[in-house]
Amino acid sequence: MTQTLTNAKIIDPENDRVFSGGIVIEDGLIAEIFEGSRDGTDLNGIYLAPGIVDIGVKVGEPGERHKESFKSASSAALAGGVTTMIIRSDTNPAIDTPETLAFVQTRARENSKVHTHVTSTITLERKGEEMAEIGFMRDGGAIAFSDGDAVIIDSKTAIRAYSYIAMMGGVLIGHIQEPHLSKGAVATSGAFATKLGLAAVSPLAEKIGLQREMALVEMTGVRYHVDQITTSAALPVLERAKASGLDVSAATSIHHLTLNEFDIDNFRTFFKLKPPLRSENDRQAIIAALKSGLIDSISSMHTPQDEESKRLPFDDAAAGAVAVELLLSAALRLFHSGEFTLPELFRALALNPAKRMGLPTGRMEVGAPADLVAFDAETPWVVDREKLHSKAKNTPFDGAKMQGQVRATWIAGEKQYEI
Amino acid sequence: MRAPLRHLLGIETLRPEEIDAILSKAAIYADGHKADRKPFSELTQVNMFFENSTRTQSSFELAGMRLGLDVLNIAMATSSIKKGETLIDTALTLNAMKPDVLIVRHSGGGAVSLLADKVDCAVVNAGDGRHEHPTQALLDALTIQRRKGRISGLTIAICGDIAHSRVARSNIFLLQKMGNRVRLVGPNNLVPKGLAELGCEIHTDMRTGLEDADVVMMLRLQKERMQGAFVPSEREYFHYWGLDEEKLAFAKPDAIVMHPGPMNRGVEIDGAIADDLSRSTIQEQVEMGVAVRMAVIETLLEARR
Repeated sequence: MTQTLTNAKIIDPENDRVFSGGIVIEDGLIAEIFEGSRDGTDLNGIYLAPGIVDIGVKVGEPGERHKESFKSASSAALAGGVTTMIIRSDTNPAIDTPETLAFVQTRARENSKVHTHVTSTITLERKGEEMAEIGFMRDGGAIAFSDGDAVIIDSKTAIRAYSYIAMMGGVLIGHIQEPHLSKGAVATSGAFATKLGLAAVSPLAEKIGLQREMALVEMTGVRYHVDQITTSAALPVLERAKASGLDVSAATSIHHLTLNEFDIDNFRTFFKLKPPLRSENDRQAIIAALKSGLIDSISSMHTPQDEESKRLPFDDAAAGAVAVELLLSAALRLFHSGEFTLPELFRALALNPAKRMGLPTGRMEVGAPADLVAFDAETPWVVDREKLHSKAKNTPFDGAKMQGQVRATWIAGEKQYEI
Repeated sequence: MRAPLRHLLGIETLRPEEIDAILSKAAIYADGHKADRKPFSELTQVNMFFENSTRTQSSFELAGMRLGLDVLNIAMATSSIKKGETLIDTALTLNAMKPDVLIVRHSGGGAVSLLADKVDCAVVNAGDGRHEHPTQALLDALTIQRRKGRISGLTIAICGDIAHSRVARSNIFLLQKMGNRVRLVGPNNLVPKGLAELGCEIHTDMRTGLEDADVVMMLRLQKERMQGAFVPSEREYFHYWGLDEEKLAFAKPDAIVMHPGPMNRGVEIDGAIADDLSRSTIQEQVEMGVAVRMAVIETLLEARR
């Protein structure tokens, strides 16, 4: 089956260009990319870009389906232009055996409307003690290995596990944190956290965490992806690691790119994230590092939490925010501020994460899967969390003004979402 | 000409001629020839096993007896060491009893040579830590020689827990000295990278590691090392590194399968392969053990006449 999308502004992240034209889709793949206008579905001049690849989406299956199911998460993803979700292993129980992996893959296959790849754990129950069956899970199709936000504290255990993943040819998604420093912290240390009286963690905890992880990468040779880097202090460590040739990539979260610590004023628990929101200086440094390519990609770090777990004193409230649906709209703030071009944004949202995960998607090129998002960058709107497709509604962007919205999403050439 | 062998502490310091000489002597005993017991009567062999052992200790005991020696086993587990005596003091005490040959196993690498420095008699290393187990390598060599007709020019894959294995180290030294191609096969956590510097090929995949091998030597993997520490689980270990028909098919059709014992069936080796006498040499290795140990003890005692 052939279809033509025409009269769009095509975003090609790889070749860093935006042009008026269209594409021909055949058998779910991009068969042709053309400039100018042809007969076909008229996109009326809105943007057409490769669909977003989001590394680190938490779906509540198994264990917390009341917070998010594959059905609700993928509906949110479609509405956000996310065509591939790399889901996290920190479920309950964790995805730490080939049997659980197979179960989750089946649930995803039957219920998810977007491409869904599953991460499995490094250690059993993410406890950092006994290695999980990494070989079996690799063979079972786990796309990466991660203990989520649990750091493997015992360096000997970490070395053996990282070496084993390296031998199996897997990618490790790591969380950079010195867990003793960050224990109990709910904010970033500084004048603002002091004023609120919140238990705070120094940005140094992220730097020490990254230094330690890079030493382990150097020793074991494992391919390493940082789930989110959020502080200016850690950036030189990442820079040195990359310069020395380590196979390392890093993401940052959409929240740390667009919000800062002042947003938690009045103890608003929807702004409680892990790691906590940082200073404005940190945010600016992260934007610059993303722009320069030191940071490779943007993740939503989508973390659904129910009302009960957020309607608590700040110290006790659960951390995390849903974001897969708002990822693109929030990222467009960086476009409107003039800090990023659209091809630059889609390198970070689609091309780089796809490449890192070894997926053929995320690019505007002939032969690539026709996983696409059409959006306009202009329409102003206000976020109403009750209208989100996610079951959980915990977004810090509730009531926020956005400019630009997803209009349609295609998965392998099939239009799955349209407004 | 080098001085005759005073002790057998390891394979690393042996010359190929010395290995050949021991193997030739052992081959005679292996063929069923009885030893001339007269020269050794009234000599004393003391077995000091600081680590528990059944098969090696019995094998040395039997070897000594067949040579006509008086054999004394000292149960080190209940000895003065437990009362706080140092290894050297124990050695000096024993030395005062004037044994002729001392067979020592110890959990510490280098402990046997430390002891050898302090006594007047010949010392045989029956295994020191993860360092060496020379008589095991010699008995493996004798087994290979009898099955393959030679102990050079072969491709030999040593598989499994190399990191913790003294058997592996002694075998690597011996097989390389004799001109064989040695491959080490196992998960990277159990195959130290440094061994590549000894001239071994390192493989993490059994299929490439076993390809066209003449000899497949399996090593035992202790259970506690499998439960998530070095490898995730027994079943994952067996799947990737356990020797089964499918993996063995990559070796030469006439490849032999060796194991120093005791083996974990279904972990590092499929029981059916271990029991296939046309391929498995596991029982023969035990038999060769006595012959080799007779040859070693005889060589050391003759050198001291």
